[in-house]
Amino acid sequence: MSLTLLNVIVAVVIAIAFAALNAAYLVWAERRGAARIQRRPGPNINGPFGLLQPPLDGIKLMAKQLTIPGGADKVLFIAAPVLAMFPAIMSFVTIPFSESIVAKNMNVGVLMIFAFASTGSMALVFAGWSSRNKYAMMSSVRAVSQAVAYEIPMLITTITVVMIAGSTDLMEIVRQQSGSILHWNIFPVLGNSHNLLMPMSFLIFFTCTLAETNRAPFDLGEAESELVAGFHTEYGSMGFGLFFMGEYANIVIGSCMTTILFLGGWNAPLPFLGFIPGIFWFLLKLYLLIATFIWIRWTFPRTTIYGLLNLSWKILIPLSLFNLLFTAGLIKVF
Amino acid sequence: MNSPIKLQPDETFILNVGPQHPATHGVLRVKMEMNGEYIVNAETVIGYIHRMHEKMGEVKTYPQFLMNLSRMDYLGALGYSHGHVLLIEKASGIEVPERAEYIRAIMVELNRVASHLFWFGAFVMDLGGFSPLMYALQDREYILDMLEAVTGSRLTYCYFRFGGLYNDIDDDFISAARRFIPRMRKSLKKYHKLVTGNIIFHKRLEGIAPLSQEMCRKYGASSAVARGSGINFDVRKNEPYSVYPEFDFDIPVFHECDSLARYKVRMEEIEQSLRIIEQGLDKLPDGPIMPEKKPKLIKPPPGDYYQAVETARGSFGIRLVSDGGKTPYRLKLRSPTYSNMHLFDESCRGMMIMDALAFMGSLDLVIPEIDR
Amino acid sequence: MICEKTRLALQKLFPTPEPQEAPIEDAGEEKDKKVPQEPRNNGLVERDYAVHGYHLDAQVSPDQLLEAVTIVDEAEFFIESITGVDWIKDGQLEVIYDFSRYDFDLCRVVIRTRVDRNHPVVPTITGIYAGANWHERETHEFFGIKFTGHPHLVPLLLPEDADFHPLLKDFKA
Repeated sequence: MSLTLLNVIVAVVIAIAFAALNAAYLVWAERRGAARIQRRPGPNINGPFGLLQPPLDGIKLMAKQLTIPGGADKVLFIAAPVLAMFPAIMSFVTIPFSESIVAKNMNVGVLMIFAFASTGSMALVFAGWSSRNKYAMMSSVRAVSQAVAYEIPMLITTITVVMIAGSTDLMEIVRQQSGSILHWNIFPVLGNSHNLLMPMSFLIFFTCTLAETNRAPFDLGEAESELVAGFHTEYGSMGFGLFFMGEYANIVIGSCMTTILFLGGWNAPLPFLGFIPGIFWFLLKLYLLIATFIWIRWTFPRTTIYGLLNLSWKILIPLSLFNLLFTAGLIKVF
Repeated sequence: MNSPIKLQPDETFILNVGPQHPATHGVLRVKMEMNGEYIVNAETVIGYIHRMHEKMGEVKTYPQFLMNLSRMDYLGALGYSHGHVLLIEKASGIEVPERAEYIRAIMVELNRVASHLFWFGAFVMDLGGFSPLMYALQDREYILDMLEAVTGSRLTYCYFRFGGLYNDIDDDFISAARRFIPRMRKSLKKYHKLVTGNIIFHKRLEGIAPLSQEMCRKYGASSAVARGSGINFDVRKNEPYSVYPEFDFDIPVFHECDSLARYKVRMEEIEQSLRIIEQGLDKLPDGPIMPEKKPKLIKPPPGDYYQAVETARGSFGIRLVSDGGKTPYRLKLRSPTYSNMHLFDESCRGMMIMDALAFMGSLDLVIPEIDR
Repeated sequence: MICEKTRLALQKLFPTPEPQEAPIEDAGEEKDKKVPQEPRNNGLVERDYAVHGYHLDAQVSPDQLLEAVTIVDEAEFFIESITGVDWIKDGQLEVIYDFSRYDFDLCRVVIRTRVDRNHPVVPTITGIYAGANWHERETHEFFGIKFTGHPHLVPLLLPEDADFHPLLKDFKA
């Protein structure tokens, strides 16, 4: 019993370390990626390839004073950045990186991750409301409508996958996709479902992940040309730092989920490549997805808030509902 | 575009956009009365960078005032200087050598391209796309380098003199300009692929902020704001000055009246400016760049003179009331964005804030130019 | 020719058309030396475009202003700018309205009106040209000219509490 507890604690610490490290270095990757897209060097002074930039930024942020605006709700104002970071880190506990590398596998892993993801938008609401800033307030109102609008198609799409797998256990979902690239849920020609609508599901899920993590082109919560900096307008110091890390941790979680649900998790794309450890494939898929996130962000302009809501309510939700029914029918027939 | 809902004052809130706000590109402030995301009423507050160039014009002699013009609009400075020198030359009857006129036109057009490029980048950045700004700045850099080599400065040029120019262009400049034109055309194609063809970009601008021709007329709008509303108005064609009648170029006009039309006009204008530069380089005559005889002291005869030019931002007018002295009696600078910006208050009512700010971007504002 | 039409329309404002003022003014070589001593009488003058940069120059009294601007508006001119000039020697302030056209029928019309320097009151034209709003505010703050009926006559470019008029010739900073 105590040994299991110790295991869990160690695993949680590793998960936190992984999340924090990822968040920090994704900032670097994003800046380098953006620089590459924009034909400029990006951070390259501190350390080789500017690799020391994130820790130095962290030190700088921590050295700054945390200012609380007059009239702000102090408790919520301080709680909000912590709330932004916390669920993202907790979600890592249940992510299976390979057959053996998982902090704590649960048979309701999917539900747990979505439960934590939903609390993430609470942080934005708290931040926006407690800052006593009109821009932050507008941003948090946007964040709520965005979260509501995009969690629905995301969940419906996930339910589709769960129905195919017959399990909410993340490891089980991945195991069922083993074999080759054709067994993956994204294009399950040889898998346990022959649902040809799955590529569309993948796109819906990916779009929702972009929206849920407040990434461009759906970064309306922090639309800097309209709302200055959105919900974190009034945040400086590590409060801002935590929001930033939370955002990147969320991206990692979103990409992990996409990998697990659609891209076969740790499975090798071709059977004869199975000798390479699963963690390699998982991280490869994960970072390719993250690179796509970065690529999209620096290519597209931002949508409008009504465009964003229309996309969800008029296109994504009907499509995902149709897909759900279609999949249910397929499962019933075969 | 009026909001159909009538609201009590306590149901709205005031949003203070600016004077330091990422979308205002300078120290412009808009007091917006908001109903959620919708603008009920807006009041533009300007004057944060007001320097009273008109008073300076009254105390400085004519040559001393030359450099003030380029401080008005830091992105398309040469167009403004052009208006000034044309006015003084007209008023005091100074002949300008043909070569100087051609070089002026080439320079002004290069500056116009540079200004439009910056606008393009900043506009797309207003819409949330950051990368095009970097590409645009890179292209603009070539122009600035070329202009720097000839004029000596990169932003606030003082290149034109009454009667001619400060410095002749050399072969380096000509070959650089010739190399620049195909390069810029290639870049334009890339911009159209990257930005103009983008669906998000289209959706954000199509049908946003329609400006009727009547409204443009009542407010005196010019540049792409008028041309995007189907008004075929360009001072270079309507009221030809300098050597512009010698060039074969078109005035892009779009009839959609929306922000996308204004965008398209400016992008097409870059192409047309390139055509003018190309023809200018081909036709460039030899000769002096300063007239042989020129009055030592510039003293236009008493009277009232007006000169309009098409700058990157629209129809710039300059009125001189002279009493025959060494300094102008009154110098009025009619800035085009002043009129264009004035439209904003009325036309942004009932819009959502993000659309309104996209509309503001499409007006191509340079705040020092509004405030003078 | 719209210029001719507008000229005829504006001419009706002046009860006794003075034929000696109508001819095109010459380039003004011999007039160089002498500064105009007397303020001009109200009336319409056609100017040489090549020299002055505008075609029609109408000086009206302040109470004729709205009528004149309405004529220009009906002929579909757009408003360029409004500005003032301080004729301190005559004890008068001049308000200048510039109008131009969007089409290729080039015609620039200048309407000016003179008011007493100590009591500068001019009716607003914001009812006709909405875009005159800012121009009039600017003229108000720079010259202290009051535009009666203006909806919001407060300083625009100067600070909100500015009570000075910097473009007056007797303004000392």
